[in-house]
Amino acid sequence: MRTKILQVGRRLLQALPSVFGIIVISFVLTRALPGDPAVYFAGAMADKVSIEQVRKSLGLDRGWVEQFGIYVDNLAHGNMGMSLSTGRPVSEELLSRLPASIELTLLGLGLAVLVAVPLGVLAATRPGSWIDHLCRLLVTAGVSLPTFFTGLFLIYVFYFLLGWAPSPLGRLDILYLSPPQVTGFYTIDSLLAGDLETFAASLAQLVLPAATLGLFALAPIARMTRAAMLGALASDYVRTAKANGLSRATVLGTYAFRNAALPVLTTLGMVFSFLLGANVLVEKVFSWPGIGSFAIEALVASDYAAVQGFVLSMALLFVAVNLAIDLVLTLVDPRVGLDD
Amino acid sequence: MTTQPLLSVDALSVQFRTREGTVTALQDVSLRVGKGEVLGIVGESGSGKSVTAYTVIGLLGEAGRAVNGAATYDGLALTGAAEKDLRDLRGREISMIFQNPRAALNPIRPVGRQIEDVLLRHAQASRMNVRDKALAMLEKVRIVDPELRYGSYPFELSGGMCQRVMIAMALACDPRLLIADEPTTGLDVTTQKATMDLIRDLTRERHMSVVLITHDLGMAAAYCDRIVVMQKGRVVESASVRDLFVNPTHPYTKKLIAASPGPHSELADLTAVPDELEGAAPPAAPVAPPIPAPAGDDLLEVIDLVKEFPRQDAPGRWPWQKRDPEKAVFRAVDHVSFSLKRGESLGLVGESGCGKSTTSSIITRLLDPTAGDVIFAGENVTSFSAAAFARLPQRRKIQMVFQDPHDSLNPRFTARDCIAEPLRRLLGMSGGREIGARIDELADRVGLPRDLLTRFPHQLSGGQKARVGIARAIAVDPLMLVLDEPTSALDVSVQAVVLQLLDRLKREMGMSYIFVSHDLNVVRLLCERVIVMNRGRIVETGTADEVLNNPREAYTRTLVQAIPHFEPGRL
Repeated sequence: MRTKILQVGRRLLQALPSVFGIIVISFVLTRALPGDPAVYFAGAMADKVSIEQVRKSLGLDRGWVEQFGIYVDNLAHGNMGMSLSTGRPVSEELLSRLPASIELTLLGLGLAVLVAVPLGVLAATRPGSWIDHLCRLLVTAGVSLPTFFTGLFLIYVFYFLLGWAPSPLGRLDILYLSPPQVTGFYTIDSLLAGDLETFAASLAQLVLPAATLGLFALAPIARMTRAAMLGALASDYVRTAKANGLSRATVLGTYAFRNAALPVLTTLGMVFSFLLGANVLVEKVFSWPGIGSFAIEALVASDYAAVQGFVLSMALLFVAVNLAIDLVLTLVDPRVGLDD
Repeated sequence: MTTQPLLSVDALSVQFRTREGTVTALQDVSLRVGKGEVLGIVGESGSGKSVTAYTVIGLLGEAGRAVNGAATYDGLALTGAAEKDLRDLRGREISMIFQNPRAALNPIRPVGRQIEDVLLRHAQASRMNVRDKALAMLEKVRIVDPELRYGSYPFELSGGMCQRVMIAMALACDPRLLIADEPTTGLDVTTQKATMDLIRDLTRERHMSVVLITHDLGMAAAYCDRIVVMQKGRVVESASVRDLFVNPTHPYTKKLIAASPGPHSELADLTAVPDELEGAAPPAAPVAPPIPAPAGDDLLEVIDLVKEFPRQDAPGRWPWQKRDPEKAVFRAVDHVSFSLKRGESLGLVGESGCGKSTTSSIITRLLDPTAGDVIFAGENVTSFSAAAFARLPQRRKIQMVFQDPHDSLNPRFTARDCIAEPLRRLLGMSGGREIGARIDELADRVGLPRDLLTRFPHQLSGGQKARVGIARAIAVDPLMLVLDEPTSALDVSVQAVVLQLLDRLKREMGMSYIFVSHDLNVVRLLCERVIVMNRGRIVETGTADEVLNNPREAYTRTLVQAIPHFEPGRL
């Protein structure tokens, strides 16, 4: 147990350099903009006075090291600068939109896992059967169809042709009021408020974008599950389990699947990171008020502080997710951490 | 032996569906195992001995199918039985243990729980007492501190311990038949002996029948009552151990017996029995007159060699506590000194972890020593870094032949490319015709038919791959070959031929050999002098016959005694 705690501690420490690296890169990136960063950050409409003000708040009139100190200090206080397009602090903007993105991403990932893992397992246990072919078809589709196409296609079929889905405009139909904020996830907040109607409405809004993301995420997970499961089923320890007459459920579950789950878990971390990127397009297609669409608007409006804040928070999220996956792996797999 | 056999296999034929069509793996195999009897199934790779076992226990998989014949266990038909019934039988009535025990255990489940799985499955224990029963089994297989080992994962245990756990699982439900498929392949000789003795004791105690599948005639002789010899999916001979060794009737059996190196066999004896079934062996190249070795001249001198590795597993320490520098390193080679004369061959013998491979890697400068010197052909080669040494002219005078003939060949290179590589890199040859002629000459020299040179490794047999590896090593006319277990992955009959080839090449080319091996009987055939190593130190040095027949040290004696062998005269 103590070695496990040591390993977890070591892994946490290993995350620090990447966080520091991210901060350095985001700092250098904005300073590397051609021309005067203060002019960029102040926006197109700024006059001399406001440019000077921005210069001062960014610390651009001082030395590099001092600038970096000010930057880190600002970050430590949650200060990412002001968004030009909305006039509110960037951190506030991001925080208010983050739940929308995370709710969507998690649901998309959840859908993908729910479909992909059983599909991969079934495909591996029955190679060459129809389910194996279905798995291959879905994987190919997931890999080859870009998210904006799938999104538009789903809207066309389920909203325009069939009329099953609500209009793809944001998190909640305008007929409903957003639930009192607790977690920021509308589905959970509405349930907490006991408002089933709003819950159903917010879920209905979520289904299509989540399905779009899910189809994209499904491919790598299903493929990895199938491959890992095939490997585990062909392994010596599964042969031993069979030779000892263990039941099919034990052989498949305890022996094969638990071993196959380890590489799948690693893939999951990667897929989650991809999804954060893919989000940007999906949010745009579904007018989803998440940080992805915020970032695109900021980019179009040359709102540099907002873009910088977005890049920084995405990178930190990447690190956090991979850290979490690694920690889970360390706790699940007794062999982890031996050979480093 | 009673009249009613426990297991009988009658005229069993098994076919596999492959991409190239159906392949017959077993043909008309019949054998019987009496109650309490130990039956050995002996054969080389591809003989169908494992397939027989898998068919009996119902683990053939989707591709294999028994097309004819039957296997019966205690009056119960096994072939054609429903999977559900077989599942009840497996582990309860018939158990099986495998080779490579560490891979055969679930890597992420504590070993105690794996024993419990079997006990619970066959209702041999309830949730209340299953832990006690599993612990009792661990104790039965003589695992020290079973309470502690109960929670261990396979990667934390040695290969021998993993095999003990496998035996504990297999015997947990008191089955009446144990099938052991090469249970000690890959284990050290002393571990092998301990494991086999354990299997023998436990199965005798329970009056169990055992089917021991092995490629090692010596082991079959030591532990079996009766032996079935298989070749290419057929049973060629079946007899009691004594009859088989004293009076073998089938030519293949004779060939196998001759090819198994014993404590008194000579190199020439190994292939004394002509190969009637496969036609004559490829004609050997004309033997050149041996180059007389200039005696008394030291080619290689190893002085006070030390190699230390940092330890990862220094137990129970927090990072801020200071480590004892003595415990922070593992000394793999501990003040080893020896010398090798021109034209001489020296055997490095010992169990895994004794430092023999580390020593040979330092000599070939694949590893840097912690301290000590290696003097090769009058020059101290340890003063060069490994990278710098690779460019020195001495480098090509030392060549290696590796353990696994398959994995040590580039899968995307043909045999010709493999042999051409050192010619290009080390001799700087570039003319296609010149290289081609040299390769043809080398192929003749190692007895590799020239038309096989265009093949890729996977299209060659084990013996042919070994020949490619040897041809590659001798391509640059080295003074010394380091042979790291060159025959341990080969069948005995192939091993016999390869050993003879190595011996002939040594005489023809006047090379010195360092022969690293765990098998004293093999080393004796090829080496004049032997060094026995244990825990990084040299235990004993002497001529091969001295060490093998009259060991001075207790450790060497244990090692020699652990080698299973048969001596027809003493049976």
